[in-house]
Formats: sequence, C-alpha cells, structure tokens
Amino acid sequence: MDMLLSLLRSMPGAISLGLIWGIMAIGVYVTYKVLDIADLTVDGSICTGACVCAILATNGVNIWVAVLAAIVAGMLAGFITGIFHTVFGIPAILAGIITQLMLWSINLKILGKANVGISARTIKVIITQLKTSNAIMALIGFVTVVIILLYLFFGTELGCSLRATGCNLNMSHAQGINTKVNKILGLVISNGIVALSGALLAQYQGSADINMGRGAIVTGLAAVIIGEALCSHISINFGVRLAGVTAGGVVYYIVYQIIVWAGLDPELLKMFAALVVALFLAIPYLKSTYFSYTPQFKAERKMRKIQARLAKKEAQLAKKAAKKGGKA
Amino acid sequence: MLELKNITKTFNAGTVNEKIALNNINLTLEEGDFVTIIGGNGAGKSTMLNAIAGVWLPDHGSIVVDGVDITDMPEYKRAKFLGRVFQDPRMGTATDMWLEENLALAKRRGKSRTLRWAITRKERDEYRDMLKELDLGLEHRLTTKMGLFSGGQRQAVTLLMATMQKPKLLLLDEHTAALDPKTAAKVLELTDKFIKEGNLTALMVTHNMKDAIAHGNRLIMMNQGRIILDIKGEEKKNLTVEMLLEQFAKASGTEFMNDRALLG
Repeated sequence: MDMLLSLLRSMPGAISLGLIWGIMAIGVYVTYKVLDIADLTVDGSICTGACVCAILATNGVNIWVAVLAAIVAGMLAGFITGIFHTVFGIPAILAGIITQLMLWSINLKILGKANVGISARTIKVIITQLKTSNAIMALIGFVTVVIILLYLFFGTELGCSLRATGCNLNMSHAQGINTKVNKILGLVISNGIVALSGALLAQYQGSADINMGRGAIVTGLAAVIIGEALCSHISINFGVRLAGVTAGGVVYYIVYQIIVWAGLDPELLKMFAALVVALFLAIPYLKSTYFSYTPQFKAERKMRKIQARLAKKEAQLAKKAAKKGGKA
Repeated sequence: MLELKNITKTFNAGTVNEKIALNNINLTLEEGDFVTIIGGNGAGKSTMLNAIAGVWLPDHGSIVVDGVDITDMPEYKRAKFLGRVFQDPRMGTATDMWLEENLALAKRRGKSRTLRWAITRKERDEYRDMLKELDLGLEHRLTTKMGLFSGGQRQAVTLLMATMQKPKLLLLDEHTAALDPKTAAKVLELTDKFIKEGNLTALMVTHNMKDAIAHGNRLIMMNQGRIILDIKGEEKKNLTVEMLLEQFAKASGTEFMNDRALLG
C-alpha cells in the first residue's frame, strides 16, 4: 500500500515533466511531421533555452523576459541549422548535428560552468517542482497558448505554404513557394518552442545543466509517436494532434515513473527508451512488409525455401558423387 | 511570348557520362500558340521544359517570357509566369493536404504569402464552381486529402491549379503518360478546353504522335537535343503520322525508333 501511495505521490511530478517535454515534442512535431525533417538541433537548443533563462534569471532579469530571451536564442539555433541546410546544402540531419555540437560550446560559454542553480526561494520563477499543482496549471496554460498559436499559424497563407514545403517540393516550386525560406522558418519556429520547454525545465528542476539536452530528440519523438497513436483515430484536426503530442509526453513520463517505481535500474532507462522509440519508428515499415504478407504468400515462400535447400543438398551430393567417381 | 535563344545544357560535363541534353535550342512562341513537342527518349523534350521552368540553369543562352528575362530567376520566382503539370500525378499536388488547400496555394502563385487566412469562404465557393466544370464530382470533396484521389483526378486538379492564375506560359510535361487511355483522353479534353477558354500559350510534351497531331496549332520534333522539325499553320492541320515519320527520317537521317510513340 505504501508502495502504491509513493507511486501516486510521484504522479504530479511526472505530469509536470510530461507537459514540459510535451511542449518540446510539439517543436519536434513541426520539423519531423510538418516539414519532414529529422532535426537534431533540438538536443542543443533545449539546453540553450535552459542556459539563457538560468543566467538571465540569476542575474536579476525578470523571469518572463528571461523566457522570451530563451525562445529567441532557440530560434537563432534553428536559424543556423536552416542556413547550413538550405544555403550550404548540408543534409538536414547532419546540419542539425553540426549545430548541436556547436551549441554545446555556446551553452557552456553562456552558463560559464557546467551547472547553474535557479533557486525558487530567491527568484520569482514561473514554475517549480516545489509547487507541482501550480506548475501543472501554468504548464497547461503554456501548452494551450503554443497550440493555439501554431493552429492559427498553419491556417494562414504562409503556414499553408510551409506545410506544402514539407509535403511536396516540386509542387511548392511550381506554385512559387520559396522552400528554402520556409524550411528555415520551420526550423526557427520548432527550435523556439524547444527552447521554451528548456527554459521551463530549468525553472522546474531548479537548475540548468550543460548535459540536460542529451537524447532530447528521442524523448520528443517518443511523445510524437505516442501522441499520433493516441489521436490519429479520433481526429485529423491539427490542433487535436498537437494536443495529442503533448499528451504523448505526459504518457511517456507516467510510464517512465512507473518503471522507476517498479525498481528498474535508472541507468538503463535511456536504453529502454531508445529501444521503444526504435520499435515504434519501425512499425510503419514492418506493417507494410512482413505483416502485410498473405498466408498464401507465406506458405509459398516456405515452399520455395525448402525447395532451394533440397536443390542445394542435391547439388552437394552430386558433387561428392562426381569426386568419388573421379578418384575411382 | 516565349523566346529561347541558344539554350545549351550538358549534363555530367567532362565525365564519361557526358550528355549534351540541349544543343543550341532556338524557339519563339507567339501569344496563343499551343505547341506540341514529340521525340524519342532522351531527345530533350522534358529537358527543354525543365530549362524554362528553372529546375536548373542552362550552360548558356537566354530565356525571355513576355519581355521579361527569366534566365537567372530561381524556380520559385519564375513560377509567377508559368503553369506546370508533371508526368507523375503525385508531383503536381501536396498529397497530405486537402483539395481546397491545394487550390488555395495555387491561387496565390506569384503573390507574397502573408499571415492572412489561407482560404476564405468566398474562395471556397469559387473553387466549388471551378471543380464543377471539371465534371469529376470533385466539388463535394473539398476537404479530402489529395492523396486519396486517382491519378486522373489529380492531373485534372493540377491542370486547374496551373491555370487558375492565368500563366504566361503553360508547361505540360507528358501529363497524360501515366494515365489509362480513357482518363488520358478526358484530361486532354480538359487541357484543350482550358487553353482555348483562357487563350493560353502552351507547350505540351507527348509521346503520342496522334495526340501531337490532333492538338495545338504547331508541332515541334526533337532529336538529340535539337529541334529538327517545326510545323505550323495549314501544314500542321493536314499532317498525318506517316508524313511525320517520313519527315523525321529525312531530318534526322535515322528511322524513328520508338514503339510507344507509334502505337500509343
């Protein structure tokens, strides 16, 4: 009973963390789903958001200004990746990795050391894990604003052209859409959102750490995948999908909490998370190949295999016989 | 309306795979010209259209559309002047987006894309009327994803999108090649209708000699990156497949070897 209670007590924390990572996942959704780019900048930009927010807040800047500055910093990171990708023609995934590496140095310079604390007692933070119920309410507010803004944006002429860019480059060019600018814009928006989640994460945890972004993309993708699974059957409405992605983040952290509670070695968590994401990413492919074979095809394939094996054996026997014959 | 001057393009220059795709192409189109282009595989038909559309820049030469030199313009900028329909029905529309969203994107070709709503209610009625004219029952499916339509429906929609903002020049790159004969005929019929009603200037690549003869007021034949035949006016009206083959043999010094063009 005590065990169960301790699990229940850990839930508000899991939900808050899930919401923060849910915001991050919305950013990933913009690049991964809308723009069809796997952007690895996010591992760096989430940390950039945290660092900028932490440094400004500890130096007495208003926390809202600090969060805004964090968003701008994230946008700049996305802009750099966008330039690498569009102007210099570096494949998107490599452009993201390059920026991510660059950001590690930049983040260290911003922070000045590996870890900076944001004490909720001395600084007026927006959210803190010391008051999870307030944090959850505030985070739901953030999520709602982000979703509404994105929903409105993707309904505009510009937003529509951005979706077209992610869907069909040929068509976009033929319709006079500047796809390079749109790709940069998408990366800027995405990384701005990711940096926002970083700034919130730093406040919530009470510190910004140089290593806090490691593997963020995997968590983000996990949330996106869970979110798609949750709501793809309910509605195709874009807003609902984004809400689903956030819910995906929450589900991820609740499961995470349960696993920790069940006594799994926390050091192995990243490995399991990675494996689960790999499995989910593989599902569409597996569905379209191995699991789409008809029973008849499977039976026939089995027959072909057996026949091939028999033929091989016969050939071997024939060879042996020929050798023997030759010796004799 | 269109003026190609000395357009030359070599792919893989300096390697064993070097191919002169376009060899000093000169072509002038008058306003209202509907030109069909035929030729064997690798003759340079699609390459010429891609040069005009700006998929890549030519090695030398210049392209002028309606008095504007577009030789150095990036693809998305010159889209303002051009309507394009591709061979692959998947290429002309955004398959993950709704029919009406695709139309709205085409409606804003050549205009700056702002933060105004992508589609207004008034436009939606307009689109419905336009789709009704296609006579494919698409007017009731404005919020269906393009990917769910058939190849013929998509080509018809792409055609509508290409002509919605009247283009200075309509580029049709074997746009019926991937369709079954009945659907292809329907799309060709629509093509004729759009070109006639809009009084458009058009270039249509086809592999089908009969289609090339039956449509348009001018016919161009290409071979090895050159224009080897240019037939217009009365001569074009009286053209037959046999005459075309004979002319080809005379102009190129070889037999026309492309079953697809003969049988199609």
